[in-house]
Amino acid sequence: MFFDLFLYGSLAVFTIGLAYKMHLWFSGHIVDSQTVVGTKTRVGRALRGIPAALFSVRVIALFRSLLLDVVFQRRILKESAYRWAMHMLIFWGFMLLLLMHALENWVSSSLFDDYASTLNPYFFLRGIFGLMAVAGVVMAVYRRQPGRVPRLRTTAADRYALCIIGIIILSGFFLEGAKILSYADFSRMVEDYADTDDAQELQALEAYWVKEMGVFSPNMKGPFEPGVIRQGLELHEMSCQACHSASQSAFVGYGLSLAMRPMASVLEDMAAVNILWTIHILACFFGLAFLPFSKMFHIIATPLSLLSNAVMDPRRSYPANIATRQMLELDACARCGTCSLRCSSVPAFEAMDNAAILPSERLQMLKRLANGKRLSDGEMKAVRDGIIICTNCDRCTVVCPSGIDLRDLWVNVREDLVQGQAEGQSLMLSTFSFARGLQKERIAADAYERPLRAARQSIMDTWRSCCEPQDALFTLGGKSRSGVGFAHNADSFLSCFGCQNCTTVCPVVAQFENPQAALGLLPHQIMYSLGLGLIEQACASEMLWACTTCYQCQEHCPQNVEVTDILYDLKVMALKGPSKAVEQSPKRHWQQAA
Amino acid sequence: MTYAFFTGCNTPARLPQYEHTARIVLGRLGVTLENCREFTCCGYPLRNVDQKAFILSAAGNMAFAERSGRDILVLCQCGFGTFKEAQYRLKANETLKEEINRRLRRQGLSYEGRVEVTHVLSVLYHAVGLEVLNKAATIQMNGLKVAAHYGCHALRPSRITRFDDPVAPSLFDELIRATGAESVDWDEKLNCCGAPLTGVNDQVSSELTRNKIRSGIAAGADCLCTACPYCQLQFDQVQARLLSEGRLEKALPSILYPQLLGLCMGIGGEDLGLKENHINIDPIRSFL
Repeated sequence: MFFDLFLYGSLAVFTIGLAYKMHLWFSGHIVDSQTVVGTKTRVGRALRGIPAALFSVRVIALFRSLLLDVVFQRRILKESAYRWAMHMLIFWGFMLLLLMHALENWVSSSLFDDYASTLNPYFFLRGIFGLMAVAGVVMAVYRRQPGRVPRLRTTAADRYALCIIGIIILSGFFLEGAKILSYADFSRMVEDYADTDDAQELQALEAYWVKEMGVFSPNMKGPFEPGVIRQGLELHEMSCQACHSASQSAFVGYGLSLAMRPMASVLEDMAAVNILWTIHILACFFGLAFLPFSKMFHIIATPLSLLSNAVMDPRRSYPANIATRQMLELDACARCGTCSLRCSSVPAFEAMDNAAILPSERLQMLKRLANGKRLSDGEMKAVRDGIIICTNCDRCTVVCPSGIDLRDLWVNVREDLVQGQAEGQSLMLSTFSFARGLQKERIAADAYERPLRAARQSIMDTWRSCCEPQDALFTLGGKSRSGVGFAHNADSFLSCFGCQNCTTVCPVVAQFENPQAALGLLPHQIMYSLGLGLIEQACASEMLWACTTCYQCQEHCPQNVEVTDILYDLKVMALKGPSKAVEQSPKRHWQQAA
Repeated sequence: MTYAFFTGCNTPARLPQYEHTARIVLGRLGVTLENCREFTCCGYPLRNVDQKAFILSAAGNMAFAERSGRDILVLCQCGFGTFKEAQYRLKANETLKEEINRRLRRQGLSYEGRVEVTHVLSVLYHAVGLEVLNKAATIQMNGLKVAAHYGCHALRPSRITRFDDPVAPSLFDELIRATGAESVDWDEKLNCCGAPLTGVNDQVSSELTRNKIRSGIAAGADCLCTACPYCQLQFDQVQARLLSEGRLEKALPSILYPQLLGLCMGIGGEDLGLKENHINIDPIRSFL
């Protein structure tokens, strides 16, 4: 009764949890633009899309994906043989135990007429499967040691997943060992199944079981007469053997029983079998009930993600189905860290210290958004910046073992995230925007320009407000540090003798009827303004955002002024904002000197 | 000749035929390309965002190549320029180098400046050599007029890149002549394609692109020839958009040099990925 109560209780919680998660797939959203598609539409489209895929040529792709990605897990193998072995051991060890052992009344008994849990090969296989799962867990724990895999974070969810599997399997092994030892279990079985009532015969049977099957008897210890054992064997063959293979077949359980033998009577007194059984059952049922809310949910979400991405073409799928699939994908992420291992922007992450540059971290933050949690302003900015500092190399998408279409996710989310800030997205004023520029047709014209225009305006306004009217009074000469930090020869502007070659050869300047009006400061004027310490003026110029970095100016400067590189430095400074630059500004020193 | 093959980010994602063609053509010319899984972004997009990140990106890649003892071959001219610039800065600034190495050491790497970074055109010209190319280009392009586009970041700043003469370069022209085609003289030859501003300042960028295309057409060219994914994408995808928006009167298709060479080596158009062009480049085959 206890068993049934917990079974149905945990099944109920599992079902409710599963229903809740699936509901979120159809009603949840990551960014606001996805709210346009309502839940009913999404359910409707999915209900139409799934049969459409099944009853078409695409079903082949589905089966291929099922076989290669779900059963064989080739995506993991492509990345790492170690991880593939680890995951296959856990996955198949646990799945086979689930089917053969946990569901023995439905699966094993139906498939095999002679099934008994203590009969070979099932007895032996249970040990093998359990050992596989434990071996996999050990490999996983080893892998998740801090520092072993770069940028892999281990959270409570990851620890839980490994623990619950470990507890289930290990408690099972110990239970098996205790049962092998248990005299109470033996006695009960004899009462129910022995074909004899004769006391002497029962003694012989018990002797056999103590000697050969590992039972611990308080009554007899051996050595035993061969005749008694032979008699016991006959009785064993009559009453027991049909269901009982040698206990040694359950090699792990048997090994544990040998180890526990010294404490056998203590274990018997405290009914260790019952305790271990309870732990084992409760662990299983807790794992089941908690599954939808834990990392183990990826057992369901990941195959669905792999299968749906096998048949969905991002260019032709309905937005409704894409929105649903993206919510599903957030659950399919098993936080394996492969994307962040292979991400091209890793050096940027290391230098700029923004975790949201890494795909796996970013996805977790988006998942929190999708689950209705609010991110702080700082976190939101980190996500926006992180998603812009993406080279769009698509590697994360190619390597993801859960089949998540990360490329599509970033593109969808990015457009939403970069709208709406008054100060625009300054990091978009870089060649990170090249890929977006190539996709210009897919974005509404004003939405396309807005974050760029706003960023340019915001930067120029910020810097203009730092410019003081009396700057023009300072003259060139006597300066040693430009305040421009990084370019090797940033001070080379000091050599400028005003020939204006840089402006003359600039192809951008040449485009305008009135370059001054269009660009603010021209290249030679920027070099001059640096000489006068007018960094703020330089950073406030529109020229910075029209420079195509073609290096004609630097190439043709007769004085080796590194014009383009200086402009690069100014762009970096302009993006960072005045607070950092003002500290380095030489103007303060001059004012003090004067 | 073995190189660590640096494909960059742009090529595999947006111009995979460039990588594919380069592998086939270079393979046939006796150049071995080693893949390096650890390569990251070269740092080019970070140049106006964060200087340390840009140097760290470039140095990290070079450190990986140093570890395997291979020089790097790059397909992208922006990437090439970025690597050269980073090498220059690290050589000139010992403090910077120390700081970068401190970070690299955490991954068991170190940058010592031992690795050469070469662009695919340089490899073809210097390492493979015109003699071998002439022999390999068994089919010649008869009467094809090509507007050679040198790009910006390989040529300039010439003191740092040392790719070719910045004012009167000849490397690319000679490579084109090896295919039997004529490399025309055109006004905008050494100017920028506009790609660095695509997505940032499309107005300026597309003006630069149109100037180039009109100049090439005016010089009588049948096609443009590029050796950089940014330039090729600009002249192909962006030009296609300009044409469809009516901002360009006539089209000038663009081909990547390894594709041109490949055609003359008898490699099929399908293998070279000519169909991937947004502006049809197939007519070029009539010159074979």
